[in-house]
Amino acid sequence: MNFELTDVQREIQRMTREFAARELIPNARRWDEEHAFPTEAVKQLGELGLMGVAVPTEQGGAGLDNVCYAIAMEEISRGCASTGVIMSVNNSLYCDPIAKFGTDAQKEQFLAPFASGQKLGCFGLTEPEAGSDAAAQQTTAVRDGDHYVINGSKNWITNGPKADAIVLFTMTDKSKGNRGITAFIVPTDTKGFIRAEPDRKMGITGAHSCTMFFEDMRVPAANILGKEGEGFKVAMSTLDGGRIGIAAQALGIARAAFEEAVRYSGERKTFGKPIREHQAIQFMIADMATELDAGRLLVHQAATLKDKGVRHSVESAMAKLYCSEMSNRVTNKALQIHGGMGYSKEMDVERHLRDARITEIYEGTSEIQRIVISANVLKD
Amino acid sequence: MDLELNDTQRLIRDTARNFAREKVAPTARQRDREELFPVELLREMAGLGLMGVNLPAAYGGAEAGTVAYALALMEIAEACASTAVTMAVTNMCGELINATGNDAQRERYLPRLTSGEALCGAFALSESHAGSDAGAMRTTAVRKGDTWVINGSKQWISHGSHAGIFVVWARTSGEGNRGLSTFLVEAGAPGLVVGRHEEKMGLRGSSTVALTFEDLEVPADQLLGVQGEGFKYAMMALNGGRIGIGSQAVGVARAALAASVQYAKDRQAFGQPIGEFGAIREFLANMKLDLSAAELLVLRAAALKEQKQPFAREASMAKLFASEMSERVCDRAIQIHGGYGYIDEFPVERLYRDARVQQIYEGTSEIQRLVIARETFRAFAD
Repeated sequence: MNFELTDVQREIQRMTREFAARELIPNARRWDEEHAFPTEAVKQLGELGLMGVAVPTEQGGAGLDNVCYAIAMEEISRGCASTGVIMSVNNSLYCDPIAKFGTDAQKEQFLAPFASGQKLGCFGLTEPEAGSDAAAQQTTAVRDGDHYVINGSKNWITNGPKADAIVLFTMTDKSKGNRGITAFIVPTDTKGFIRAEPDRKMGITGAHSCTMFFEDMRVPAANILGKEGEGFKVAMSTLDGGRIGIAAQALGIARAAFEEAVRYSGERKTFGKPIREHQAIQFMIADMATELDAGRLLVHQAATLKDKGVRHSVESAMAKLYCSEMSNRVTNKALQIHGGMGYSKEMDVERHLRDARITEIYEGTSEIQRIVISANVLKD
Repeated sequence: MDLELNDTQRLIRDTARNFAREKVAPTARQRDREELFPVELLREMAGLGLMGVNLPAAYGGAEAGTVAYALALMEIAEACASTAVTMAVTNMCGELINATGNDAQRERYLPRLTSGEALCGAFALSESHAGSDAGAMRTTAVRKGDTWVINGSKQWISHGSHAGIFVVWARTSGEGNRGLSTFLVEAGAPGLVVGRHEEKMGLRGSSTVALTFEDLEVPADQLLGVQGEGFKYAMMALNGGRIGIGSQAVGVARAALAASVQYAKDRQAFGQPIGEFGAIREFLANMKLDLSAAELLVLRAAALKEQKQPFAREASMAKLFASEMSERVCDRAIQIHGGYGYIDEFPVERLYRDARVQQIYEGTSEIQRLVIARETFRAFAD
């Protein structure tokens, strides 16, 4: 048993930390205020291999392990949570299922250019009437010769406004519930693919999401990802990995807020001394530090299991649940330590709190994670 | 990160687990009710290597490392926290003697601890007015020829009534944290007076007493390590001890979760097992998550100690998180059990009472937070 990082993992940490300090931290506040997509930073992430961290090199990725991915996600999200989720969606929700379930032809066309960062991917599962309850989806795909005709809509699709392709979930047989779901890979320039304006969000404003509509959109049967009727399995397996990414994002956001709070507590004076000399502040800092470490251990545990090819649904759910809630607690305490300054847009902490909030919702709400964990606890 | 256990770790854990389930668990309730000290169990545990898990084989230890120690302690604590704390403190005393004693002291005392001959080792640091602030202690040791004469008193000494060997702190000079020294005292030494057994809320199978030293004469060769370094030794021991209490807290919480899962399956309400209700499932999910985070924090601190890396910050985090987790988990366990959680036919009210002290002994939660904050500011200053 050991908790050390390998040399490669340490190198990825150093590299992504430097990148975040140089390219992300100086710009993150502006991107947030202007709701600006970090186009140049995303391009650079691709050049660094970070848009397909755990994708094999022959398929355009960096060929690293999932602990490296988690480390990179933490560091990038510490710099900018919007950039973090753009990266996470492309890695975990788009590339990962194609690497796992895709045919060789699909990988060539739809994986390599995306894992290398030349193109951007997104993941379409959620609908206006189907969030946690994926089987309630109403987007349909009907066979017509060697094509399927897709009608319906998806919403909250992160990267949707910019994406070149989508892993899209549809109902091919409504009578079968979860077993009637089928996944497709669809280029976004397909006729009948219509995108609405980007959503206006509370946080992660640099990461654009939108609603999309499919109107008699014809997609070749060869674009089915996995098998017909296996879409639910594809989705759940994908989210097991995605949750590691979001957990690491939440961790990175929390660490950004924590580090700012530690720094501020040494500068700000009250009652004749730096506020960090007051026990109330020390206790908040100690709790934040402890929870950050606990969160990181849970994330690396899940990533380590994924690397071993072991089932990790529960560990991913625990990492995601803990880190997302922890991130909200930690960013909130960081704001409290900053006092009025924390509420001001002159500092970054209010952004961290807004950015943290979504991590409890997307890629499985906290409530869904608890269902996953408790089902496992009660299983044996 | 590699979470796999090696063969030694698996062997020690399985040995402890089997013993805990067969011998320790069945009598835990009776020990609690009747305040019975587990003399026989401790002797058997010594025979299994559990009283010196991380001590050299040359002195009768299992030489299995700190991770194995933590794993074993979790298993014993899952069955009985009282038995676990006796094991933890004895291991802590042994490790301190091994780390700071000379060869003669190691040869003389360690085999007695590891073999069970001394039954257990007691750690005599706290005084009635000196808990977190150890430097405020008033017990003194004055040199007289070839002996030290110790006067004063100690409080909250776990199993002081049964220990064969005591590690005792006393002031030999100076004030505050400076000038404290550490002594090895044998049971039955003239002037060592064991006080009355404290009535406690929990850990009732662990006898806690006050000690009084009345012109207790200790031969000079029983001064442990270097004179005046006692505060450093206490902190060193407690850093490791915190991994022990963290492990204990994990074990207690595991027992509470296991009892709750069983109860949630058995108990029916509104026509179905209560485990089918979202509210109960939410409790169980939170308990499982809380416990898993604590396990990782404890095992990380243990792995760092085993690899001889700095681990004070990590041990404090492990102890703080695990002890507070343990109470949260036990509290929810009582809630899941309803009225049955409040009576001693079910284990959870005992678990709750046992868990409560973990936030107090071997450094309160407040001391852990001060340590973690201090280490954080230090790391950011570099």
